[in-house]
Amino acid sequence: MSDNPAFADIKTKIDANPVMLFMKGTPQFPQCGFSAAVVQMLDYLGVDYGTENVLASDELRQNIKDFSNWPTVPQLYVKGEFVGGSDIVREMFENGELRTFFENKGVPVAA
Amino acid sequence: MSVAQTIRQKLIIAFKPSRIEVRDESHLHAGHAGARPEGESHFRILVVSQEFEGLTRVHRHRRVYDALKEEFDGPVHALAMNTLAPGELGDTDETRDAE
Repeated sequence: MSDNPAFADIKTKIDANPVMLFMKGTPQFPQCGFSAAVVQMLDYLGVDYGTENVLASDELRQNIKDFSNWPTVPQLYVKGEFVGGSDIVREMFENGELRTFFENKGVPVAA
Repeated sequence: MSVAQTIRQKLIIAFKPSRIEVRDESHLHAGHAGARPEGESHFRILVVSQEFEGLTRVHRHRRVYDALKEEFDGPVHALAMNTLAPGELGDTDETRDAE
């Protein structure tokens, strides 16, 4: 992590949202299948989450990759911790780990 | 050499995998953002390697991204990956379904 001033904005969003998803498009209109899949899994578990559309800003699109040292989007953060991209979230969802992870982090999930 | 062949070669050098599969799935994403008309943009890989032993998923994926940095700076738009240590093989549908 460097002194890129844009990183402060990203950090603010991650701090403000216990579950924060950087994605392509919006939850209502995802513009990428991988982003859509993560939205579906979060909705299935019924967690509240914030999102940021990286397609709305070329700068953000690049900065989030540098910030996370992760070259692809979507990217999921929970309580400030980088969880991963769609493959990791899917793997955790499919083996039940994701629900437990949210519970352990104190993030309310639907019953 | 195709992009898939380059990816395979780099992964073999980086991870000395006991099992590796690289599939070009660009045709499934034709017309999407990031898909190139000429294809070779979306890939799916399975890598089974001792190198992943004891690493978190995030760490494993970062190692793969590092190994394929030039490809990500170039034609590759998306890479779906399954990274396993040898003892984990057979834990997923993906490995059972793989040819």
